Amino acid sequence: METTLVETLPQVTVTGVIIKAVIILAVLSALAGFGTFIERKVLAFMQRRLGPMHVGPYGLLQIAADGIKLFTKEDIIPQNANKLIFMIAPVITAATAFIALAAVPVFPDFTVPEFIPLLGGTFVPSIASDLNIGVLFVLGMMAAGLYGPLLAGMSQANKWGIIGAARTAIQFLSYEVVTGLSILAPIMLVGSLSFVDFNDYQAGGIGSWLIWQQPVAFILFLIAGFAETNRTPFDLLEHEAEVVSGYATEYSGMRWGMFFIGEYANMITVAVIASVVFLGGYDAEGALGWLFIMAKIAFFFFLMLWVRASWPHIRPDQLMWLCWKVLMPIAMINIVITALVMMV
Amino acid sequence: MSLEQFKNRNVGTQNYKTLDVGKTPETGMAQFVQVAKRTFKGELFVGLGVTMKAMLKALFANDMHTVKYPFEKLPISPRYRAIHDMLRLLESGNYRCIGCGLCEKICISNCISMDTRYDEEQRKEVSEYTINFGRCIFCGYCAEVCPELAIVHGPRYENASEQRAGFSLFEDMLTPIDKLNLQQEYDGFGAVSPNADENIKQTPLAY
Repeated sequence: METTLVETLPQVTVTGVIIKAVIILAVLSALAGFGTFIERKVLAFMQRRLGPMHVGPYGLLQIAADGIKLFTKEDIIPQNANKLIFMIAPVITAATAFIALAAVPVFPDFTVPEFIPLLGGTFVPSIASDLNIGVLFVLGMMAAGLYGPLLAGMSQANKWGIIGAARTAIQFLSYEVVTGLSILAPIMLVGSLSFVDFNDYQAGGIGSWLIWQQPVAFILFLIAGFAETNRTPFDLLEHEAEVVSGYATEYSGMRWGMFFIGEYANMITVAVIASVVFLGGYDAEGALGWLFIMAKIAFFFFLMLWVRASWPHIRPDQLMWLCWKVLMPIAMINIVITALVMMV
Repeated sequence: MSLEQFKNRNVGTQNYKTLDVGKTPETGMAQFVQVAKRTFKGELFVGLGVTMKAMLKALFANDMHTVKYPFEKLPISPRYRAIHDMLRLLESGNYRCIGCGLCEKICISNCISMDTRYDEEQRKEVSEYTINFGRCIFCGYCAEVCPELAIVHGPRYENASEQRAGFSLFEDMLTPIDKLNLQQEYDGFGAVSPNADENIKQTPLAY
């Protein structure tokens, strides 16, 4: 079976991978920037406000204004901070968020048309590097991204930062278990850790989506995904009403901006994983596949904003209670039942 | 209202209602039932529905609460006491002030100063009239005492100015002569009440 696969698939070249990487970087950093605008607009509409309106038509150029502001702001490093770690921490968040995307199939594969000079005929794979441990790699990278807030909070000689870092640690320990266990059941069904295999497994239309076989795992993964991206029910790390800005208290300018970009890239990553693993991914040919996956990602992105506008956030002890005493047992039971069904 | 209820310092015992939050579950089973009930009640989704409805209404039914402030302003009450206006007579365009000096006299913060003289027709005219808005407390007595409704409180509540004298001279407060048709009659303190006609008793002439 393996040999036939290799024969039918076109050769993946270095150029193709580079093109893919550039596409992912360009599209996703643009989307992450645009995401801030969408978030402000959606939250505003849900609170019967207008949101940004003055920079450009309907405030569309607000991203540019914010970008200029972030880039030109003074880069302040507090006096008693550990300078090196303070400077590296935001880079960890932003870098790991994008590294995680290397193993995620964002768009379907395609071949560059022949009429384009130099690159014509290059096969661009759906995934920058189709690792056979793709799921583990992405989850591991997103978990490593938590070192950003952790180190940032501890290095900045600020008590709010310390509290933020402590909360990072408990949140990280709590939800990471749920993320791994919830996605384990679909992995057992598919029998592979590669996202491309997940996508191919669900190629038979809506009926073959894994959400119908694994609804519990889907909900668990969604909850853990909200915790993973520090979105509202679980935004303990930087909740303004309690800990000023948590781990980001002392950050300003582009270093703070990198935390922001990392958070939005993580949101998109979680949205991509949820759509590829549970909602069939790009399960159509050509342009429709692009459209479908974009619609699914957009839905999950919107869901995160929608939840932020609607729900209050929970206390750290409630988060731990939820993760260890409720979600983890449910995930375990789900795995056992899946295993039993597969054996029988 | 008597003073009695203000003298009662025993705060916390009166006028408070306790919410019916139910009993705290004691047994493990009762706790489990409570968690299950709360989990499947779907209240979280009610919350999602509320925000979605608000968004759809804001987008498509124009139910937006934003006032784009410098461009749009909310209407203020006619009784609002902002920077003063000096009104003109509608027919002749002359200013209404007759130089009686009542406003200067009644001003409790002593911020109005005026000077008058007789013009060539032996009528009083106002030669100097300033209000020191650094002192003015916007009490409204000047408008209330004015017999001619000449000095009134206008709607200009944005008091920032480049110069202190920006709107404190008579000419600054006076209705511009070319905007006489836009002059609004004042409804606040000192104005004639809407049912003034009903309250007037006819003077018995047949003595």
